[in-house]
Amino acid sequence: MKRYSAFAIAREAFRQHSGWTRAWGQAEPKPRYDVIVVGAGGHGLATAYYLGKNFGITNVAVLEKGWLGGGNTGRNTTIIRSNYLQDPSAAIYEKSRSLYETLSQDLNYNVMFSPRGVMMLAQTQHEIRGYQRTAHANALQGVTTEFIGPQRVKELCPIMNIDGQRYPVLGALWQARGGTARHDAVAWGYARACADMGMDIIQQCEVTGVMTEGGKVTGVNTSRGDIKCNKLAMVVAGHASVLAQKAGFQLPIESVALQALVSEPIKPCMDVVVMANTVHGYMSQSDKGEMVIGGGTDGYNNYTQRGSFHHIEETVRALVETFPIVGRLKMLRQWGGIVDVTGDRSPILSKTPVEGIFVNCGWGTGGFKAIPGSGWAMAELVAKGHSPLTDEFSMNRFRHGKFIDESVAAGVAH
Amino acid sequence: MLILHCPHCDRMVDETDLHAGGEAHLKRYGPGSEAEVFENYLFMRANPKGVHFERWRHVYGCGKWFLAARNTATLEVYGTYAAQTTEPPQAIRDAISEKQPGWRWGTFQ
Repeated sequence: MKRYSAFAIAREAFRQHSGWTRAWGQAEPKPRYDVIVVGAGGHGLATAYYLGKNFGITNVAVLEKGWLGGGNTGRNTTIIRSNYLQDPSAAIYEKSRSLYETLSQDLNYNVMFSPRGVMMLAQTQHEIRGYQRTAHANALQGVTTEFIGPQRVKELCPIMNIDGQRYPVLGALWQARGGTARHDAVAWGYARACADMGMDIIQQCEVTGVMTEGGKVTGVNTSRGDIKCNKLAMVVAGHASVLAQKAGFQLPIESVALQALVSEPIKPCMDVVVMANTVHGYMSQSDKGEMVIGGGTDGYNNYTQRGSFHHIEETVRALVETFPIVGRLKMLRQWGGIVDVTGDRSPILSKTPVEGIFVNCGWGTGGFKAIPGSGWAMAELVAKGHSPLTDEFSMNRFRHGKFIDESVAAGVAH
Repeated sequence: MLILHCPHCDRMVDETDLHAGGEAHLKRYGPGSEAEVFENYLFMRANPKGVHFERWRHVYGCGKWFLAARNTATLEVYGTYAAQTTEPPQAIRDAISEKQPGWRWGTFQ
């Protein structure tokens, strides 16, 4: 791999950019791999990357039925934060956020991590108590957050109307080192680093079946032939249930649509990420100037990557009240993704009833922020059979009632 | 916009008047049941890509529950029926079979 650097740009400028090589190649499937990762989204690619980097396992294939980073990795609102209530969540999300800090250098690929600060607005008395509790929990967990008052909110985000008629802003949970990153670049950066370690990234390759022998995985059937493997990591988000069924087990997951939209680009007016969970909308401004807006999920199961219009209406209504200046903005694009939601709104990183199959799913509406940490923990789980970061996220926790309940703590927006 | 027929009001209702209630035809278990049974009943929801049976409530209307047969891969609605039943009526099954021959959902087909 040719390293990207200022020197490389200068060198290529002198030879008409003829020296750049492909960031990752088009691989043909080999008959056997040590580990097959299904799903070339952020989480899948990060899993493969840390398998190679931390454990020296490089005979790895990443299979993708569509194109790389074309699912939820390319459809989210790119928010990165780790201000969760429960200890296991704070551990894995903070690991992830801290990996984001140095990810560009680590991958030699600019993921444009921008720790601009994330605030979650408290607009009811209940939310004030909830977020103060979270701030205290975060202090114990070593996650730097603070509860700030309405005046400080206004200073940090002057375009916000803090005296709304129905839901005035009463304070906010502020994480100064939260922020955003370029979502595509995260997938591309991991893919380039994986390819550089000799891993095969095989796109347009759908897994149609899972081969097992005596309760142990032996390989997968794909649209491009059978491929053998010793271990199989399923990292397919919205389609986790469908793939698990092919392997003969069930997951406590439901798949629903989540939508987002962006406005026309405008001049810089907002340099923080704001999440308003009571009125249900969140917004940040991209480097291109577009306002990036997200809201809530649909209420019913759906695999079509399109959601209901009234959820968009609800989100926009909330934001117009909170940020009056967006009232006359035109929206450019709107899209949906299929998110995999668990009963306690926390992910599943777990062994499965089939030996050699590991599953990473259930990130629901908040997976992007977790990509590096999830990959880091999943790689350890696959390589060693357990990881301190994933122990609590077993799929069996529902049977034992050991929930990691973030559905109340984190509100609705993850 | 999802539009369903409310079998109680006998009219088409759009989803803003409805509340989705999750998987239909659940078998309920009470105190004293095994942990696995509770896990299945409370958390292991059917999540098919295809034919699905769901509970819906006409919240901003008659307030009553009904069940719907829907396709989660195409958003097609096969029909709705009253909730006072433990299995989908034959007419609904026939309507699904017409579009999706060989369909299967739990023990129904």
